[in-house]
Amino acid sequence: MPYIIQVNGKQHTADVESETPLLWVLRDTLNLKGTKFGCGAAQCGACTVHLGGQATRSCQIPVSVLGASNVTTIEAIGETPVGKRVQQAWLELDVAQCGYCQSGQIMSATALLTKIPNPTDQDINQAMNGNLCRCATYTRIRAAIKRAAELARA
Amino acid sequence: MDGLLAPFRSAGVKSSRRNFLKASLAAGGGLLLTARIHGIAKAAVSGEAGPREIALNAYVRVAPDGSVTVTAKNPECGQGIKVMLPMLIAEELDVSWDKVRIEQAGYDPKYPAQVAGGSQATPVNWLPMRRVGAAGRQMLIQAAATTWGVQASECDTTPGVVRHQASGHTLSYGELAEKAAAVKVPDLEKVPLKDPKTFRIVGQPMRNVDGEKIVTGQPLFGIDVTVPGMLYAVFQKCDVHGGKLVSSNVEAIRKLPGVKAAFEVKGGTDLRGLLDGVAVVADSWWRANRARQQLQITWDEGDITGQNSADFARKAAELAKGAPSSTVRKNGDPAGALAKSAKVVEAAYHYPFLSHIDLEPQNCTASFVNGKVEIWAPTQNPAPGSKLVASTLGIPESAIKINMIRCGGGFGRRLSNDYMVEAAWISKEAGAPVKLVWTREDDMRHDLYRPAGYHFFKGGLDGAGKLIAFTDHFVTFSQDGAVANSANLEPTEFPARLVANLELGTSMMPLRAPTGPLRAPRSNGLGFAFQSFLDELAHASGKDPVAFALDLLGEPRVLPDPPGPRATPGFHTGRMRGVIELAAEKSGWGKTKLPKGTGMGLAYYYSHLGYFAEVVQATMAANGLIQLDKVWIAGDIGSQIINPLNAENQAQGAALDGLGTAIGHGLTIEKGKIVQGNFDTVLPLRMRQSPPVEVHFRVTDFPPTGLGEPALPPSLPALGNAIFAATGQRIRSLPFKDQKLNASA
Repeated sequence: MPYIIQVNGKQHTADVESETPLLWVLRDTLNLKGTKFGCGAAQCGACTVHLGGQATRSCQIPVSVLGASNVTTIEAIGETPVGKRVQQAWLELDVAQCGYCQSGQIMSATALLTKIPNPTDQDINQAMNGNLCRCATYTRIRAAIKRAAELARA
Repeated sequence: MDGLLAPFRSAGVKSSRRNFLKASLAAGGGLLLTARIHGIAKAAVSGEAGPREIALNAYVRVAPDGSVTVTAKNPECGQGIKVMLPMLIAEELDVSWDKVRIEQAGYDPKYPAQVAGGSQATPVNWLPMRRVGAAGRQMLIQAAATTWGVQASECDTTPGVVRHQASGHTLSYGELAEKAAAVKVPDLEKVPLKDPKTFRIVGQPMRNVDGEKIVTGQPLFGIDVTVPGMLYAVFQKCDVHGGKLVSSNVEAIRKLPGVKAAFEVKGGTDLRGLLDGVAVVADSWWRANRARQQLQITWDEGDITGQNSADFARKAAELAKGAPSSTVRKNGDPAGALAKSAKVVEAAYHYPFLSHIDLEPQNCTASFVNGKVEIWAPTQNPAPGSKLVASTLGIPESAIKINMIRCGGGFGRRLSNDYMVEAAWISKEAGAPVKLVWTREDDMRHDLYRPAGYHFFKGGLDGAGKLIAFTDHFVTFSQDGAVANSANLEPTEFPARLVANLELGTSMMPLRAPTGPLRAPRSNGLGFAFQSFLDELAHASGKDPVAFALDLLGEPRVLPDPPGPRATPGFHTGRMRGVIELAAEKSGWGKTKLPKGTGMGLAYYYSHLGYFAEVVQATMAANGLIQLDKVWIAGDIGSQIINPLNAENQAQGAALDGLGTAIGHGLTIEKGKIVQGNFDTVLPLRMRQSPPVEVHFRVTDFPPTGLGEPALPPSLPALGNAIFAATGQRIRSLPFKDQKLNASA
């Protein structure tokens, strides 16, 4: 059945089964490929989006539960000041290796910095622990989060 | 030092009369340089037996507006090759980096070395790519000199501009590009290269060219490909590798929502090719995968006797009681020397099967139309994929077009192209373009595994604590009667060549599951076993592990490899000493007072032409969890760190990959099947566990070598050795999580 959902500030219609995870609606129905499939089990964080501002694993959210909540994806996160700074910090520090996990990392980092503008290492550990990076770029992810916080203070 | 350097001078690309450089007018104006340079690459990680002749091709276009386009011919999996190779050309061409555009090439037989593997890109390309740039610069100078009626020797360049020194005349590369296309091309072998002291691009931090697309989520990876009319496919194979399909309820599957096609596939016996299974094609991936969950398949699993991790462990212990079935190396009289030793240490080490767990699951898009197929593949190695698709579909290679798409991790998994032939076959049968996407469980259960290994060591120390005897009975795996891919032990394995009485021998157990190269193949397991046992010997000798290592290495000298397909320029004891001393210095080894329950471990390893020593500091918390405090990496990869920004990232990632592997990776086989399927049971390193990593390079006079792999092997044993230093507990089996240890922060 058709579901009306709010993605990146726009209204979309997705005619899919009620159980269809948001991840696949984004990728295959709305053609937003930035949100990644990695495990299908909320273990890797590659599919992280914001749901009402909260970092959420989109592979576990059936389209039917979205209702009027606003979904923000990596494609639009740069429109928020925090997201923009996070992207800038990621580029400055050349965080990515293969790059596959980084949209999920950026979504989690943006949610963290929106809530805690100057996170401690413990805050970073807690907020980022659900996002795997198989290339293990954790050293730079941590540094980039701190850099994004610094950019906000500048 | 010069005498020591000599064997390394020839490590670059050998000259050949078939090398050529061609200049022509580019489409759209300007100068197009096409270079083809033959050379020899060492056996890459793909498990090939010998060195391969390769041809390096480079395409460089200087446009009338002065912009320079360089084609990146190698696949990109996150090692930064797409930036590094163009840096070498741009440096010698003498252009500003901001004028350089990089284009990813597709698979084309005109680039026969399109492989990302074996940390080969740097040693193989270092001189040839620079020569191409230097030749282009010389031609632009000549074009300017002719215009001005002066000698080329009176001219020089600043980035993008030729200048006549005496008159001060200048012409930009853009203005000269067309004229340069008519200049006689210089001899690539003789073209002078820059003095590295004058480098402006090489040695500078250069960012990932795809960075902007990555941080904004633009379609970039194989899984992001969309083509018109595309359907989505999943493919269910037998979880016992090589099992045959007997029957299925595929007719029922065809009636499920969204399903456009569902069919049985009869594959072959090549575990790296098309195998038996059932394909489900639907109008969305979710529907295809959902329909697949209704599949009921009867398999003929074949003989699975003994194909259990527990059986392998038992069998290995039994085999270890006897003599190895084959001898890899024997020096002196190991048995006699052990009998005479003042102290003998014996230990058994084990490491498990591993999956590559690329974060982007295997996938491929294929469109088969009228006997031709176009493929979009995240592959590290397209050439064998093209051959595999041709032979399986019964079409000529000329009917196959492969687009190489950025890989969401490679780690050696995408050197094989099983997913590619599956997508091509399914597209042909379904009569539509399809995107095949594996689930995580497919990916973990249908991998080409890093083989497990069992080592039974003995070491003998004399009264002064000197290592006088060393033996390893390595129980490994065979497949179809031969040693399984990446399951071999070479006669150069350290400490071979340094211990007077030494024996390395192997015995094999037959394995059904396919094996293959994983980042730092062989070294990723051997390093753990050998370097952990050497640490045991160091402690038994009463010496500090750093002092023990330096004693063992002795004076700086080259230990030549025996001739053979895997021969490297030899092992340089001085380079290894250098990185051990650097790691010790930077980590404060032996000087820092550590609290109780905290320890430092050292390990060092030579692989892929790189010398690495690493120190890990770890703490055993009261709750029995391992805390990773810090890692120090010291590496020697030659005279030049081409891109320091990426080099640091690669080294940090490799060491952390090793630590994650040591703690949380490991597969078990039961009844021929891989038990684990997702990241709830295979546990890669996470942020919470990840320690700070310091990277130090020791710049030496040797040719630059690669960095995708050699920083990985030392980190696993360095952690094990740190745990021993912290607790007195020696862990001889990976992963550590199965030894009642885990990591936290």
